[in-house]
Amino acid sequence: MTSPLFALFLREWRIARRIGGSGAMGVVFFLTLVVIVPFAVGPDPNLLARIGPAVLWIAALLASLLAFDRLFQADAEDGSLDLLHLGDTPLELAVLIKCAAHWMATGLPLIVAAPFLGLMLQQERMALLGVVATLLVGTPALTLIGAIGAAATVTVRRGGLLMALLVLPLTIPVLIFGVSAAEAAAGGTVPFFSPFAILCAITLVAVALCPFAAAAALRHLGE
Amino acid sequence: MLITPAAPAPVLRLWRLWAAFFIDSLMTQTVARPEMRPAPPPPGDFAAPLRLQVSGLCVMRGGRRVLENVDFHLASGAALVVTGRNGVGKSTLLRALAGLLPPEEGTITLEGGPPDVDLPRQAHYLAHADGMKAALSVSENLDFWASYLGGGQDPRSWPTAEALAAVGLSHALHAPFGALSAGQKRRAALARLLVAYRPLWLLDEPLTALDRASREKIAGVMQAHCAQGGLIVAATHEPLGLDGVIELALGVRS
Repeated sequence: MTSPLFALFLREWRIARRIGGSGAMGVVFFLTLVVIVPFAVGPDPNLLARIGPAVLWIAALLASLLAFDRLFQADAEDGSLDLLHLGDTPLELAVLIKCAAHWMATGLPLIVAAPFLGLMLQQERMALLGVVATLLVGTPALTLIGAIGAAATVTVRRGGLLMALLVLPLTIPVLIFGVSAAEAAAGGTVPFFSPFAILCAITLVAVALCPFAAAAALRHLGE
Repeated sequence: MLITPAAPAPVLRLWRLWAAFFIDSLMTQTVARPEMRPAPPPPGDFAAPLRLQVSGLCVMRGGRRVLENVDFHLASGAALVVTGRNGVGKSTLLRALAGLLPPEEGTITLEGGPPDVDLPRQAHYLAHADGMKAALSVSENLDFWASYLGGGQDPRSWPTAEALAAVGLSHALHAPFGALSAGQKRRAALARLLVAYRPLWLLDEPLTALDRASREKIAGVMQAHCAQGGLIVAATHEPLGLDGVIELALGVRS
């Protein structure tokens, strides 16, 4: 007999693997966004090297937005969301576990893909490391903030766009500190650690608060 | 400079503490669970009798008062069938009993159970949707619900294979849930009630899409649950095939 939380994690992970798509689709979308940038801004290597971390971060943000709308909606449609309320586990913890599994399935592939896409944007070795480190720390916060949007739009049909409108403004702090830390890693006047520490703090605050907000939204909308 | 390298140290320490606590609680939960007994115990071997008491229940839904002054009580071993025309509030009553809708007025209590466990944690809720994932196999779905709904904590929970055999689905143990027919899906959803023992069953149209033979099997399962001291509240238009059910007609002005 496994613990309820581990069982939930295993279930989410299996579903993500079997249905597939969400992780691979995110990576392909990430690739597409990064590829179209040089067409828009021109093939100047210096310019690409300078805006590269920002481009990678925006692309990762948009790519991770893609998969959020199914986070709770699939469960709401097949009735398992009601049953998650009836478990011995608090709903907040269940939300946190679902987010963890979702991040493993969709966030981690983006982080793995980021250095390869960074090479296409003329990034130095340190800049690549900076982008990977900031994405590794920052994408959990994106997933958790996205969970609030997904929970708030769980009853809305085709709520993907509404969710993006709700979530994107909330992700601005993550974007600001993620990009500035990634750029600082490549060199600059700001030390890498200052924005990176704030990014860590944002993620920790998101871990502490977002499950409560998302669970509250789910409880209210279940009525 | 605002942040020095030492600044995140307390945060890191807190994170380590929290992670240690989390892993620790996972471990103790896994170890402390009792082993599952292979066969369900004989009828009569149950804890203190339970009593479900609903008094003066009013529930709002969509700004409209769907249920007004519903009163009933149900003792261990009894089954209640909620009847009434469409839209009268049968499903609303079940959702309110499951704790998914807050009552506007009135109380719902389950007396006689463990004092620290609230009513939703002692209830199974079977809605129109089956609560199963099409991409997973039947046994994966059931094993998940058994773990999540606390099946290992009660020796009256059935092992997955036996629960499936009881609803006549033992051949579909490893079939993907999405490949089952409507009736088979319903039976698999009913098997969920067996893999994690909970005394109160809240069933919303449990017999939808079932053939005659399956209905008899399910009636047998429900009878056994009642004999074990369980309670059943079912909203249905069709007879459940149980002896001695109490009927609650909603929407009838007295």
